[in-house]
Amino acid sequence: MKKALEILKKNPMLIALVFVMLFFHIWIVMTGRGSLFAPRNITNLISQNGYVIILATGMLLCILTGGNIDLSVGSMVCLVAALGATLIVKWNNNFLGIQGNVYTSIALCLLLGILLGAIQAYWIAYVRIPAFIVTLAGMLAYRGLALILLNAQTISPMPAEFTGYFGSFLPGASSAGSRLQISLITGAIICAVVVAVQLYSRVSKIRKNYDVENVRWMWARLVVICAVIIGSFYSFGKDRGIPVVLILLGVVVLTYYYYTAKTVPGRYLYAMGGNEKAAKLSGINTNGVLFFAYANMGFLAAVAALVCMARFNSAFPTLGQSYELDAIGACFIGGASAYGGIGTVGGTLIGTVFMGVLNNGMSILGINANWQQVVKGAVLLTAVVFDVLSKKRKGGA
Amino acid sequence: MKNLLQLKGIVKEFPGVRALDYVDMNVAEGEIHALVGENGAGKSTLMNILSGVYPHGTYEGEVIYDGEVCRFATIRDSEKKGIVIIHQELALVPYMTIAENMFLGNERGSAFNLDWNETYAKAGEYLKMVGLKESSHTLIKDIGVGKQQLTEIAKALAKNVRLLILDEPTASLNENDSQKLLEMLLQFKSQGMTSILISHKLSEVSQVADRITVLRDGRTIETLTKGTDDLSEERIIKGMVGREMTSRYPARTPHVGEVLLEVRSWTVHHELYEERKVCENVNISVRRGEVVGISGLMGSGRTELGMSIFGKSYGQNIQGTLLLNGQEVHLNSVREAINNKLAYATEDRKGNGLVLTEAIRINTTLANLSKVSCMKHLDMDLERRVAQEFREKLRVKCSSVEQPVGNLSGGNQQKVLLSKWMFTEPDVLILDEPSRGIDVGAKYEIYKIINDLVAEGKAVLMISSEMPEILGMCDRIYVMCEGRVVAELPREEASQEAIMACILKAS
Repeated sequence: MKKALEILKKNPMLIALVFVMLFFHIWIVMTGRGSLFAPRNITNLISQNGYVIILATGMLLCILTGGNIDLSVGSMVCLVAALGATLIVKWNNNFLGIQGNVYTSIALCLLLGILLGAIQAYWIAYVRIPAFIVTLAGMLAYRGLALILLNAQTISPMPAEFTGYFGSFLPGASSAGSRLQISLITGAIICAVVVAVQLYSRVSKIRKNYDVENVRWMWARLVVICAVIIGSFYSFGKDRGIPVVLILLGVVVLTYYYYTAKTVPGRYLYAMGGNEKAAKLSGINTNGVLFFAYANMGFLAAVAALVCMARFNSAFPTLGQSYELDAIGACFIGGASAYGGIGTVGGTLIGTVFMGVLNNGMSILGINANWQQVVKGAVLLTAVVFDVLSKKRKGGA
Repeated sequence: MKNLLQLKGIVKEFPGVRALDYVDMNVAEGEIHALVGENGAGKSTLMNILSGVYPHGTYEGEVIYDGEVCRFATIRDSEKKGIVIIHQELALVPYMTIAENMFLGNERGSAFNLDWNETYAKAGEYLKMVGLKESSHTLIKDIGVGKQQLTEIAKALAKNVRLLILDEPTASLNENDSQKLLEMLLQFKSQGMTSILISHKLSEVSQVADRITVLRDGRTIETLTKGTDDLSEERIIKGMVGREMTSRYPARTPHVGEVLLEVRSWTVHHELYEERKVCENVNISVRRGEVVGISGLMGSGRTELGMSIFGKSYGQNIQGTLLLNGQEVHLNSVREAINNKLAYATEDRKGNGLVLTEAIRINTTLANLSKVSCMKHLDMDLERRVAQEFREKLRVKCSSVEQPVGNLSGGNQQKVLLSKWMFTEPDVLILDEPSRGIDVGAKYEIYKIINDLVAEGKAVLMISSEMPEILGMCDRIYVMCEGRVVAELPREEASQEAIMACILKAS
């Protein structure tokens, strides 16, 4: 019981997420509007929030460097999407007279994202203009460029060869039965990998004589994780299959989790956010760290733009509006510190899903969109207040 | 003469250290009373108690002012009684005018209707009283530090001051401005004001003070009175430093080898004001197995010297030659300095040294992550083992190496900071105030670590404001004053009197 309380204290947002999910589920079932956990809705949750997860991951790195935020991500998404759609639909993958294909167009979009991010990153990192101001300028300028490129019109539809990579489902055309089978097998393989990784790390710890957690707790956790995975893949199988975007999200989340938690440059991010002077005097190139965080934000904004283009099957002038706020909110709900140096990719993922479930649940219940905003604002403030207060009580730094 | 202020048996403790130990002090009405003592003797602490910065209840003893016992809870309480303190670091807002600053927290008019006419008129009067010929509309950032000091005094006058406390008022002033300020104090005295003057500049103290109270190690040593006692600088120094030297420093037999670090004609300019030189033509050397001390008052350029050597982490337009192991090197970044086996442990461990929110493990390896990683992938198990080893070697008291360093005591934080730099395996360590703000027991342990380091054949350059520490630990001592090295004393010739004399002669 004591241990259970400890877990609760360590992962308050995870517990809150479970409660919110159950709360909405019960409410939705009771009002006869289906179920939060209906297969179609699980898939919806993922496709609705895919771009937020990608953007929030990048935003986390910016926040880690010292509580700075990037306000321009929404506009970057729109500008990249505008270029992408123009290239693919209008110019037929022909860029400045060079005939390419959909891959070169995607590569160009990613390059543009990195460029947009790097321009801002240069001013932030090397001239030390406050990120808030630089990205506010970027938010205006990039949106303007996007409107010019789009001529304030919507470009659609996107060709199947493009949407196939970001918005389709696996396996493609097959019977419902085999779709469920393949889904479940994939889920089982992922579960096996998760269990293997956990066991391997435990064994290597034991071999090196380090403390390990109670074996019963490990299995209990693994059972819960596997149940969630199998449940999700069952839903995919019951619906249209495994969303391709899920694979992309998995790659992004795992890569950045690894980067922040297990690598030297990741450690530098936290050190810089925790105490920039100390980091500098430890031989860390803090300008470089800052540059990377914002340039990387541009890259991830481009990835998010590709996902959005596929999801909406178009690029349009208001694309990406207020996306930056979704990303920032997700980071803070996920436990990132507004002063930098604290926050994890896992927490951000939880924060994103939390916001997503809130949106999704309230929409299904038919709650007025205006009230939805009020609720989201209140939740954001509550989460951060809770975080600050719980740290104060602990008496930590 | 009647006593305006009596401090009786004041005891103030900070975690692990007793800053004031039954201090008594009497200040007579209408006198200039000087308070002298080394850095860390407890002068500022005492004044902070008097002015209510440390509220009643956080200390023992009695403050009797104007015949009644005072229990100040805030600075405002003491200011209401006419006690005003002017701190060493001026508390002025750069982008406000002189008049606005003068009445900050003491505004004219009502809370919802500031009376700017009265503000500026009154400000003009007070400026005349302190002899400052500036418009009260001038912004603080546009006047020099001497005039800012006068503004502070005018601000105090505006609060109807009866007891004015000046903490090192002339520290940042030139000779001319200092003299003016002292004359003004004498003039205020003739008008009946009482003041307490805290100063390192003993010539000034003997010039203006009626009585001098000497503090040492948080105790009142003596009070000298003009007319009856000798108020010469030598006499004051004797009171300040006349300490019994017991074995507060672990013994060490030096085995001095070849020169590891040499700095020649080193000149550093201030980071913001390029024309100001913080180090000028400095020549120093440190040998293998040697602890070399740099002594001097605060602001003498010691830290700036250490940091500028360490990969130019301070200052601009740095000139001079740096030799490591006899080879000339150009270290343009901290990374290069670390790679050339140089380390600098900062004086400000919370601000510049440690990431307080992070664990001991993470702080220990931060300056040398390549040693616990492979292709940028961190080996956390190895890292934990490294942190564990240092924790045991330096005897850091903590629940585990995963504890955030923000929760550790000062002494243990200092040990983590030392671990961090020892882990970079340097040949030369520059230790800036290695025992600042830590208790006596932890100090001894730090000293032992320093001795172990030089026994391993490393060289230590120790910057310290505490003279006993410099004398107890170092084989050779450089004395710095105003950015220059004014003396080099071997251990045998060094004494606190000798060091003080060097500083006073140079300034």
